[in-house]
Amino acid sequence: MKRDIILAGVGGQGILSIATIIGEAATKAELQLKQAEVHGMSQRGGDVQSNLRLSHTTIYSDLIPRGKADMIIATEPMEALRYLDWLGDGGVIVTNSRPFVNIPNYPDDIMEQLEALGHSGKNIKVIQNDIEALAREHMIPKSANIILLGMAAPYLNIIKADELREAVGKVFASKGNAVVEANLVAFDLGMGINLL
Amino acid sequence: MEKRLLLGDEAIALGALHAGLSGVYAYPGTPSTEITEFIQKNGKCLHSRWCTNEKTAMEAALGMSYAGKRALVCMKHVGMNVCADAFVNSAITGVNGGLVVVAADDPSMHSSQNEQDSRFYGKFAMVPIFEPSSQQEAYDMMNDAYELSERMRLPVLMRVVTRLAHSRASVVVRSDVRPENSLNPDNGRHWILLPAIARKNYIALIEKQSALARASEQSQYNYYEKANNELGIVACGIGYNYVKETEIKLPIIKISQYPLPEQKLKALAEQCQEILVVEDGQPFVEEQLKGLGLNVNISGRLTGVLPRTGELTPDNVSEAINNRRTSLPPTPHLVPRPPQLCQGCGHRDVYAALKEVVSEFNTAKVFGDIGCYTLGALPPYQALDSTIDMGASITMAKGAADAGIWPAIAVIGDSTFTHSGMTGLLDAVNDQANIVVIISDNLTTAMTGGQDSAGTNKFEQICLGLGVEPEHVKVVVPLPKNIEDIKQTLRDEINYKGVSVIIPRRECIQTFRRHAKEQKK
Ligand SMILES: Cc1ncc(C[n+]2csc(CCOP(=O)(O)OP(=O)(O)O)c2C)c(N)n1
Repeated sequence: MKRDIILAGVGGQGILSIATIIGEAATKAELQLKQAEVHGMSQRGGDVQSNLRLSHTTIYSDLIPRGKADMIIATEPMEALRYLDWLGDGGVIVTNSRPFVNIPNYPDDIMEQLEALGHSGKNIKVIQNDIEALAREHMIPKSANIILLGMAAPYLNIIKADELREAVGKVFASKGNAVVEANLVAFDLGMGINLL
Repeated sequence: MEKRLLLGDEAIALGALHAGLSGVYAYPGTPSTEITEFIQKNGKCLHSRWCTNEKTAMEAALGMSYAGKRALVCMKHVGMNVCADAFVNSAITGVNGGLVVVAADDPSMHSSQNEQDSRFYGKFAMVPIFEPSSQQEAYDMMNDAYELSERMRLPVLMRVVTRLAHSRASVVVRSDVRPENSLNPDNGRHWILLPAIARKNYIALIEKQSALARASEQSQYNYYEKANNELGIVACGIGYNYVKETEIKLPIIKISQYPLPEQKLKALAEQCQEILVVEDGQPFVEEQLKGLGLNVNISGRLTGVLPRTGELTPDNVSEAINNRRTSLPPTPHLVPRPPQLCQGCGHRDVYAALKEVVSEFNTAKVFGDIGCYTLGALPPYQALDSTIDMGASITMAKGAADAGIWPAIAVIGDSTFTHSGMTGLLDAVNDQANIVVIISDNLTTAMTGGQDSAGTNKFEQICLGLGVEPEHVKVVVPLPKNIEDIKQTLRDEINYKGVSVIIPRRECIQTFRRHAKEQKK
């Protein structure tokens, strides 16, 4: 089995920590993994993305070919749409629904575009939530990205949700118990959204 | 043996440490920065501090090699231009302790001003080049690169690209660490490149070429995967991965060590009608292959089968192999999201003031430089007229002023100033050029992630030492409340006929937050 995931967002929103957690769980599960990251200029508030590939067999390319991704996980809705060409048939988009508006010409129809996708007959599933509002409501404002990871967990297939949960604990362990707890709450919240 | 999840850069760093590295010399630059950072965090070598620029790094590493120890130099591709004098001549002197130079190229210019291909420098200097196709190879190669360097007594160039440098994969690492070389200076006369000696050295370098070619033919990193097809592939570095990703069975020569293994290439040419060269960067191999007089069609970036610019992708390689373009569905209605200066960044206040003052002088030109402050070229400021290479702000302003442009203003960052701005300032002082130099000092090398900056706390002294008049070296604090003061300082210095330096100084907001966090701990 093979899972190709695009992580997308705006520099500083924490997509690399999502990647780190999935990477940790994948390594533990002895999967092959390649993860291309973006460092440098675009991290200054520009659009950033990461290609994450997981497989039971050899992975050659660090980049995902267009039309081959199984999932897009995005911390920002317009950034989710930016990589639509990469999403394959039957793909899943898991995204934050709250726009990050740091440009003057941000389109006003992003959520409509996203919602239309679900009904476009392209067999694309869209799962969205305002993870920042949810994080604030539960007093874990710094863990919005982990809510998103929880939302994505049931669709990853190649890694089990409890393996991911364990990796959340491990990755944040060095930051102390309170941080681990906050992120586990976030992960469970995200998982819960799917059950609604 | 142990498995570790490593960035390509980290695999290079660990490979070097396990190969008995004694010192790394580097100036930050995307996508090479993480090599040195990894060694700073995990190594216990004699040297790992950041250098002032790539040339000082290259020369210091050569000094360590002279002393008998293994040294590493790391930089982004354009750093090769800065250290080229030392690099090319290090092939003429030769080395003593192993010397590996890592150049991280950035095809597609994700964070760069060009996409020059460092392999040309390796060929130009006539040294061996390694080009890993995977993180595992990057790790393994470091040991071989040091062995080859010491055996051939030549520096070895290791060329990587962004997609390897900044991609993570699991790497099997050795558990044994080779001990460092002991101090053992090379007392030979060949280190003195007087013409009479250099001529002999150059002949010796030419004579080494056949051994280098043999090493490439026998390299475990260069191999021929046989298959039956009229189309054969020459795949360099990570290009190999994109070819394999297509899952089409084709005869492939994988190349990860240069000079080119010509015998292998000739063998492939005998089997095929056409050879497609898949290489990231410029058509380095494609051009050479055309010169071998093979009886096959050669295609690649030069013939347009692969795009002439930009990085390789699994898609453009697949299209080249399948000889068809895929049409893309209409993309959604989106807008680009360019990077921007952080909220609260001092460069913002500098540009806010500069922009207004410049509008008062309609002939003013502002020569920019390279760093976070280059983002002042984008809206809302659009305050720069040029950005070329590190240091060019001061010298271009000077040349423009020589030609009669007034006001001629240079904007340069603190790290860029010590990297390549100081010598230009000396020229300006000696010529009494009528320019204003703004050294926007955020106490760090911010663009590449906040590394220490070589000149911190020394800028006034440096400028005075270079001969700028004391009353025209002015320090301001870039904060919104000081905008009017900064504007007045700018006006005053523009009206002074000579070299003025204004130093807006306030810590980078990113490092400020990081330091605050560290203090809390
Ligand atoms: C020759 C060369 N080496 C390295 C780089 C990479 N680089 C670009 S900007 C920069 C840092 C500039 O720091 P500074 O001048 O202090 O400005 P800041 O980013 O802090 O505003 C570096 C290292 C480059 N572009 N060219």
